[in-house]
Amino acid sequence: MTSHLGSAPEGHAVVRLEGVVKEYPGTPPVRAVDDVSFTIGAGELTAIVGPSGSGKSTLLHLMGTLDRPTTGTVEVAGHAVARLSDRQLSALRARHIGFVFQQFFLLSGYTALDNVADGLLYTGAPLRTRRARAAAALDRVGLAHRRDHVASKLSGGERQRVAIARALVGEPQLVLADEPTGNLDSRASDSIIELLEQLNRDGATIAVITHDREIAERLPRVITVRDGQVAA
Amino acid sequence: MTATTPPAAARLGASRLHLADVGRTSVVGLRTRKLRAALSALGIMIGIASMVAVLGLSESSRSDLLARLDRLGTNLLRVEAGMGIGRGSGALPEEAAGMVARIGPVEMTATAARVGANVYRNDLVPAGESGGISVQAVSTNLLATLQGSVASGVFLDEAAADYPVVVLGSVAAQRLGITDASTAPLVWLGGEWFTVVGVLDQFELSPDLDRAALVSTSAAERFLDDEGVPSTIFVRTDPAYVDQVLAVLAATANPQTPEEVEVTRPSDALEARDAADEALTALFLGLGAVALLVGGVGIANVMVISVLERRSEIGLRRAIGATRRHVAAQFVGEALVLSLIGGVGGVVLGWGATAVWARVRGWSVLVPPEAMLGGVAAALVIGVVAGLYPAVRAARMAPTDALRN
Repeated sequence: MTSHLGSAPEGHAVVRLEGVVKEYPGTPPVRAVDDVSFTIGAGELTAIVGPSGSGKSTLLHLMGTLDRPTTGTVEVAGHAVARLSDRQLSALRARHIGFVFQQFFLLSGYTALDNVADGLLYTGAPLRTRRARAAAALDRVGLAHRRDHVASKLSGGERQRVAIARALVGEPQLVLADEPTGNLDSRASDSIIELLEQLNRDGATIAVITHDREIAERLPRVITVRDGQVAA
Repeated sequence: MTATTPPAAARLGASRLHLADVGRTSVVGLRTRKLRAALSALGIMIGIASMVAVLGLSESSRSDLLARLDRLGTNLLRVEAGMGIGRGSGALPEEAAGMVARIGPVEMTATAARVGANVYRNDLVPAGESGGISVQAVSTNLLATLQGSVASGVFLDEAAADYPVVVLGSVAAQRLGITDASTAPLVWLGGEWFTVVGVLDQFELSPDLDRAALVSTSAAERFLDDEGVPSTIFVRTDPAYVDQVLAVLAATANPQTPEEVEVTRPSDALEARDAADEALTALFLGLGAVALLVGGVGIANVMVISVLERRSEIGLRRAIGATRRHVAAQFVGEALVLSLIGGVGGVVLGWGATAVWARVRGWSVLVPPEAMLGGVAAALVIGVVAGLYPAVRAARMAPTDALRN
């Protein structure tokens, strides 16, 4: 199958964690992630599931290059995070990683289209291109008819679709979704999971971080995290 | 190291934000919090407006003064007999006016002599209620020498010399309740009925004459038994020789006791008043600067709060690829936009205030362009300074902290 969303060739490692430890200073220091290793290949749809406090959010931050490991190796899209400067990490996020958050984080006074176009803001693409691609991304998440609606006027499910479109608009190698259904009712929640499945079928590599086992079980691959470690 | 490094790893483009997009992100906060933005810009606006207005008003008033000096001339000198112990009897020698007129560069002389009489609206007014109006016997060229003008009626002329006619200074006319000379009203002056033939405009160079009733020297002699010894001589000289004439006037007017003669240059008084205005201008400018500073602190304050409130937006921007520099640029840009609105608004407001006040005073509106450009520039400098600290705080925020709720 040829991908038109993810730009990494099928089967390549998009994320690779090896012996990753993340410790927060304190007395005693808190070890949020304790010797974790796994690989997510291009085209996978993976759930990272665990109860709150299990370290899955820290894992999301590490995979998203928002944070660096204390020890161990994190590679995203072939780049070793440890060797990149803060500016290079920003560029990596701008071009190869898309984020979806539980709280959506849309700019309330702006239209759906502008919010999605912001996903390309820091790539240096001209405004016209950003808008055109944003329109296509909105179409892909089924919100073409809402493109000129202000974000604050949309329903929760629609807002999350806008956020997903924003994560996808740059055709990143990896989409990280942090509790994407956490603020939604079960119907909206279902439709969001279906959307993620659909986008994955079209080629996107997606990792969904959730505490909800039921949602995790629906996805092809499940990585269970407990007390900072990957459970079997 | 993996053996299967995808080709994408070979090169990583930079995270880039176009200048136009920096501008776009700079107005996000203003668009979502309009009232707060307006209020914080208001502080700067008031500061700039007051500074522009102060500079504009002082410039307009100065240009008005220069125009007046131009019109009135700085070549008028006033010779006055000193009064008091050791300072003279209050009268100049009889021949003084003639002597002064013979000084080479003197172009014109006019005399005024205080007459020991009072003027009343009619003969029923008690003698004590003279209204502070003096009666002066003046030469008929006084008006021309002082470059005064007539508000109503005519000034004294040679023909009037034989009749009991009087011309009133502007304040004197007001006090007597006479504004119009066309009905030829009568006043009771020194025990005679005098006809008012003219009412004068203000004398800008000799305000004491505004409070006087003026009769001609010969009329004073004829009707008021005044010997007509002048107490004041007004002298117009060639503008090039004002200082030289000034130096010899006292000795010429009264060769025996020159120390009993006071020689002044009335335009100096106007200039002195302008110097005093300048000191006030500096004071108000200082106040404007304080207002501007307070406005800057206000912007800094609002920006610090805004950074705290918009943590999640900052986190999101870092997640979608903003560098620390991009985040800092956004907040400095926001402070700049706020201060630019304040600065431009302040200049417009200050200009408007100047225009209104100048119109009220009858001045021409003159706001120095440096004040307007400087006002906007000062606002922008304040904006950068005010925005820097909040911007650095926003940029230093770790993305993971910013995204945590």
